[in-house]
Amino acid sequence: MQLVCPAGNLPALQAAVDAGANAVYAGFRDQTNARAFPGLNFSDDELRAGVRYAHAKGAKVYLALNTYPDSARVRDWYSAVDKAAALGCDAIIAAEMAVLDYAARTHPGLPRHLSVQGSATTAPALKYAFERFGISRAVLPRVLSLQQVERLCERSPVPLEVFAFGSLCIMVEGRCQLSSYVTGASPNRHGVCSPAKFVRWDEHADGSRSVRLNEVLIDQFQPQEPAGYPTVCKGRFEVGNEVFHALEEPTSLNTLELLPRLKQAGVAALKIEGRQRGVAYVSSVTRTWRKAIDQLLADKARWQLRPEWQAELSRHAEGHQTTLGPYHRAWH
Amino acid sequence: MKLSLGPLQYFWPRDTTLAFYRDAATWPVDIVYLGETVCSKRRELRTAEWIALAEELAAAGKEVVLSSLSLIEAESELGVIDRLAAHGGFKLEANDLSAVQACRERGTPFVAGPSLNLYNHRALAMLVEDGLVRWVPGVEQGETLVRELRQAFEADGGTMPELEVIAWGRLPLAYSARCFTARALDVAKDQCGFRCIDYPDALPLATREGRPFLRINGIQVLGEEVTDLGPELPALRALGVDILRLYPQAEGLAEVVRHFDHARAGDAAASQLGQRNGYWHGEPGMQVAAG
Repeated sequence: MQLVCPAGNLPALQAAVDAGANAVYAGFRDQTNARAFPGLNFSDDELRAGVRYAHAKGAKVYLALNTYPDSARVRDWYSAVDKAAALGCDAIIAAEMAVLDYAARTHPGLPRHLSVQGSATTAPALKYAFERFGISRAVLPRVLSLQQVERLCERSPVPLEVFAFGSLCIMVEGRCQLSSYVTGASPNRHGVCSPAKFVRWDEHADGSRSVRLNEVLIDQFQPQEPAGYPTVCKGRFEVGNEVFHALEEPTSLNTLELLPRLKQAGVAALKIEGRQRGVAYVSSVTRTWRKAIDQLLADKARWQLRPEWQAELSRHAEGHQTTLGPYHRAWH
Repeated sequence: MKLSLGPLQYFWPRDTTLAFYRDAATWPVDIVYLGETVCSKRRELRTAEWIALAEELAAAGKEVVLSSLSLIEAESELGVIDRLAAHGGFKLEANDLSAVQACRERGTPFVAGPSLNLYNHRALAMLVEDGLVRWVPGVEQGETLVRELRQAFEADGGTMPELEVIAWGRLPLAYSARCFTARALDVAKDQCGFRCIDYPDALPLATREGRPFLRINGIQVLGEEVTDLGPELPALRALGVDILRLYPQAEGLAEVVRHFDHARAGDAAASQLGQRNGYWHGEPGMQVAAG
């Protein structure tokens, strides 16, 4: 079972590899990947150095090319596929059909993983991507319960990777237009959700704060209240005269307690979310998961969820809260 | 230019649904999409009854397309897709790759629905090989993107399939495993009591300063604004749009259909009844007024 960790930049890549990641995933510094944030991602030289570093320590580098190019821009994504191959990446992670098809035809030896942004939640959808583009792995959207993941592992034509830890997208990845409805900038087309340039914080005389996304009020906070980043899905709104987190609270996914079952189900890889996070996060979260996985591999029968692992992971969670999210039926 | 009735996004009582489509049989719409696209727990009409309704409307002279779910999680939901694809008498609206695969394996022609994520001419060409006969662009794809896709597709020697755009209704924005209606009513999804049925135009969600913003519709989130591309009719004609999609709503759709039917007969734009669709102009979907 592989541990796949986020690398938003070269120091994070090195930290992940040093902390025991089997693979890291990274993106180019443009809109070809779903974390197209300012100051993040890799130049060609940085990626070359990252690949060298990872390979020297036996880790793999996956290149995320997981946004949806429109017709006018599709050649830029093809060029990015060519670059990923030329720089020695071990696989690309892609969602869009033209990108996957181009990669399959032009670089058949470069493995193709279906991105979480590809929204494949069923065996027929995975079969489509397998037959059409020869994918060798798929990352599942964060919508399935543990039982559904187990069944899909039995029926999928390719090994599956699931999200293990990190910020929780509560919508089907690849099928959320909340950011674009408000700002015009979308995860699918632009690789961003709620971009910072549309965010405005206002501090009021009583010490309370409000936060807007392109003028739309996402939330208000009392003077001492912790305030999270304003994505639409984690704001507070009024429904039927009540104000609450109508879609989701600011919380992170943490599946550590499910580790033995995920392993038993045959999950091929566990993904840690967070290319936008720093070295401290990547290092600590990777190290914690590495320990838990190693202990499971060493002695399955005696594996126990350690409180210190959970405490360490909670430190890095959004709002210091974690959830089993969709894996647990009650979340739905 | 044809008019279509998009699939019913809301959950209405059985008699209301049947009465709506009985009326629709007499409206000047050419195409009717039937079936559940949001939640498989909504069973006021079972699959066999949707198919029976499809046969009735076809007998009344409508082209009928069977619509399918956007998010598929359970084997039973796949079973429904198989039944729809196997019927053979109707096209399928595929809102997920699972349905594309079902159609591809059986040779059933399909319509690519708005949640299928088809963004460029190469993807369109591949889906045409799979059996796509009509494309409904996703909500965030506006005039420029559709035109560029069409030009690139035709430059590659492709014959453009039918093009259908969402001309009227609330835009489907997001889908989740979580049921937001159940959450708002503080009940578990597995014991939801099918409460969506109490909200025939979905459950309004407003910002904390009272600005209407979204609609909660089970596992789906819709935009609050009822978008209207009527004023863009000349541009839609120039773009080669074949079909205008009008989404069902609880009240007043007969008038909306008449309005579009009247407008399509002439050359001019229709007057604006609903709200401007920002996406069509390459802007945020909603009207973002300053301050």
